[in-house]
Amino acid sequence: MKYFVSGLLFGVILVKSEVVSWWRIQEMFRLESFHMYGVIGSAVATGILSIWIIKKFRIKTWAGEPIEPKIVPFQKGQIFGGLLFGFGWAITGACPGPLFALIGAGFSVVIVTLLAAIAGTYVYGLLREKLPH
Amino acid sequence: MAGGCVAGTLLQNPGPMRVNPALLSEMKGYGMNVSFPELIPNSLFNWRVLLNLNGFLMIAGGFLVGFGTRWAGGCTSGHSIMGLSNLQWPSLVATISFMAGGFFMANVLLPVILKHLTW
Repeated sequence: MKYFVSGLLFGVILVKSEVVSWWRIQEMFRLESFHMYGVIGSAVATGILSIWIIKKFRIKTWAGEPIEPKIVPFQKGQIFGGLLFGFGWAITGACPGPLFALIGAGFSVVIVTLLAAIAGTYVYGLLREKLPH
Repeated sequence: MAGGCVAGTLLQNPGPMRVNPALLSEMKGYGMNVSFPELIPNSLFNWRVLLNLNGFLMIAGGFLVGFGTRWAGGCTSGHSIMGLSNLQWPSLVATISFMAGGFFMANVLLPVILKHLTW
């Protein structure tokens, strides 16, 4: 239930803030509007503050477990994979979360893009050993 | 998906999106129908154009999103928002790579591809 509620909120916010819009993504990459920088910038500011508060007051989950954001070690995939992700993001105007939100918002053809993305994760799984990390 | 559905039905915005006029007129020049912009351009993403080059663009773009996300170990929310909020420098590297890839595609490659599409 809590996953459903937070997912529902996430979807509504993604659509209403227009960050799922192909137009807003093009504007971001072409420096034609401040919109996306404003949204992501405020999200990061809120995130920094939230994590600081969680750490400072040792806030626990509802199940009573400590909240520990996972440590991400550096690997070369963050550069190569990041560049490929950037290409895909600029073409489709959507990253993984928005793909689901767009389908829900009534753009049924995005199912095709979602299936292609799932195929991408599958092929990554096949090639993983051969790619630089 | 449910969230998108609620936003797209109950909370729908009836008017067109306000898009930067420079972007609209450039897209119009490539042949895109920009008369009533919705969240995504209907003339670029629809079932009818799925079988020509437009469809290939949707599929190739989706594939890159999936492949790149796994290889980079996260996406916009994982690296750019969560990772940066947690002040982890590898997430900054990933974010800079996302943006570099996006800037190159949106400004250099995509205009050339859009010129060759049939609408």
